[in-house]
Amino acid sequence: MLSFIGRSVVQKTITLFFVSIVSFLIIHLAPGKPSQVNPLNPKFTPEILERFQKEFHLDKPLYVQYIYFYRDLFTGKTVSWKDNQSVLAKIWGRFLNSLPLFIVGTLITWTLSFPVGIRSAIHRGGIYDQTATFLSYLLISIPGFFFAYVLIIFVVTRFHVPVIGMETFGITNASIAHMIMDRIWHLLLPSVLGATGGIAILSRYVRSQMLEVEGQDYIRTAKAKGLPPDQVHYKHAFRNALLPFVTMFGLILPGLIGGSVIIETIFSWPGMGRMAYEAILARDYPVILTVNFVSAVLVLAGTFVSDLLYLVVDPRIRL
Amino acid sequence: MTPEKEHINTPDYIEAPSAPKHTRMQEFGRMLGQNRLAAIGFFIFLLFFCCAVTGLVLTSGSKPVFDPAMIRLEEKLRPPLSKPNLKALRPDQVPVFNIYLMGTDDLGRDVFARMLQGAWVSLTVGFVAVGISVFIGIFMGGIAGYFGQHHIKTIHILFFLCLMGGTGLILINAVFAGTALLLLCLSTIVFSLSARERSAEEKPSALKALFLGNAVSVDTLIMRIVDIMLCFPSFFLILTVVALLPASIYNIMIVIGLTSWMGTTRFVRAEFLSLREQDFVAAAKALGIGNFRIIFRHIMPNAVAPVLVSATIGIASAILTEAGLSFLGFGVPPPHATWGNILSDGKNFIFDAPWLTFIPGIAILIVVLSFNLFGEGLRDILNPKLRERH
Repeated sequence: MLSFIGRSVVQKTITLFFVSIVSFLIIHLAPGKPSQVNPLNPKFTPEILERFQKEFHLDKPLYVQYIYFYRDLFTGKTVSWKDNQSVLAKIWGRFLNSLPLFIVGTLITWTLSFPVGIRSAIHRGGIYDQTATFLSYLLISIPGFFFAYVLIIFVVTRFHVPVIGMETFGITNASIAHMIMDRIWHLLLPSVLGATGGIAILSRYVRSQMLEVEGQDYIRTAKAKGLPPDQVHYKHAFRNALLPFVTMFGLILPGLIGGSVIIETIFSWPGMGRMAYEAILARDYPVILTVNFVSAVLVLAGTFVSDLLYLVVDPRIRL
Repeated sequence: MTPEKEHINTPDYIEAPSAPKHTRMQEFGRMLGQNRLAAIGFFIFLLFFCCAVTGLVLTSGSKPVFDPAMIRLEEKLRPPLSKPNLKALRPDQVPVFNIYLMGTDDLGRDVFARMLQGAWVSLTVGFVAVGISVFIGIFMGGIAGYFGQHHIKTIHILFFLCLMGGTGLILINAVFAGTALLLLCLSTIVFSLSARERSAEEKPSALKALFLGNAVSVDTLIMRIVDIMLCFPSFFLILTVVALLPASIYNIMIVIGLTSWMGTTRFVRAEFLSLREQDFVAAAKALGIGNFRIIFRHIMPNAVAPVLVSATIGIASAILTEAGLSFLGFGVPPPHATWGNILSDGKNFIFDAPWLTFIPGIAILIVVLSFNLFGEGLRDILNPKLRERH
């Protein structure tokens, strides 16, 4: 157990190191320059350009820039080139905005896909199963931005509530209940959209897991000794089918920071994804690299947690 | 009946070795017929393919039948199936069949012509991107699975690093340092050659053992590269690279392809690992067949099923990714119409001209859905557990 933890920590640190190198190289070797140091930018004189170059260490060789950047990152001193704010503070602020979207989206995904998946597995091949299967393909295939517009039109014309942004602009002197409802309406659409793909994939996965377990001998035994179907399905089958999903808790970690660029852009939601998008547009290298680094850390931590959970949950596995 | 003939006719109770009664294609067709959703998906896919090809023929050339770039400012935002106002148009501006099948956009361009042109773009983006990713995936997965237990020596890694570093330095105009590294690289070749000649007679020293010792196995190396690639959030990575590179349709295909090969690599590796140990591979080796012939003629056809499935679903997601990129404004640059940028241009007129949003949106939905259904059907069809014996 300890040796497994030690081994995977070392392995993941090495992976992280290479990720940091690759992302740094991709950003810096790509053609084009940040607008502050672009010689074609008419707003800046050569002297200002030189000052920026020096300030951002862009006059140094690449490996020195690399060392400077990650030294600044680990001491928490990285600043955005665009507005000179601390990158970590910026990311934290945006992260708090994305957090409700993530939580509501995950809750919707997990609470909906399990009942749907289990029911389709129990009534395999029936009309319910076929409808659920087709709907889940439909949800995977629909382009998110198109679905977003369809939903926006529907909600806005039907319920007459504003949905763009985090809250209605200038809503400060309304009653508490009104403000809460306003926040909920604004939260609902983007999180439903964020959950669509997840519901489709997870419910299919639940279905196939349940089907696999339902085919086992001990389920036949349970049925044969005359247990009520509900007890067979939920006590014998479902508990064993749950095993792989415990590990999926680790794998949802990266979703924390990814956010959805497209959905946050459509809904003008000031979250992580949109910040990353704006950073790419402005070629704000420190922000892009930091977001990338943090998300790589989360991916690695997620796989680590899921491995550990698997170890804890399934006593048959010995690493 | 002559005695010879009786001799040739084998008695019924001995089962003669015979070829399968159905060819593979017949079998495939039969299974497809049973899986209704997959058959519908396949049919729509064929239809889409025909549309894209005819679209390419009809919208390209100097005098296309449907001109997707023809601007008619007098005929802005006409709804679908509306008749053109013949008085306001020059004769060459009148649309074919005297009707705007899918309406016009905010510049009076015929949406039907633009959709036709966009179909080809979506198709090529999907196929080329997935082609690249499948190629890399099979190559990497095949090497990891087949040559996995071979070890890479430290000196090879040094050689590779020198080569990459040297080329990189020359590319960013540090010619002197770059040339030095390349020369170092050459010297390692010479060193390793001379070392190989002499290694037979003398015992290797500690330093030499470090250089010529086994560092990592090929399998570990490739799977670590896959792990590294999986650490990047994929859409964000694609967005970053596409935003930094000059906008072009080829860049998008290449970038999508280069960021989506990891799944294929894992499948192919797993298949190769199990197939490598099978008897037919041992037989082929005993016959003295070369490694590459074994890989491509003997193992690959047996490992191709999961690759086909993931490629079909990969095309669907590549089309979605391209549409998403176009939507964010990083897609195929303007003179080309794609479904994604028709939709993203149309979103500004969503209440006045909903067809500009709904037509491309539903088209993308149907095509992606057909690929997904066909891919999932293919998974069932190619699954040997579900195949009946005849």
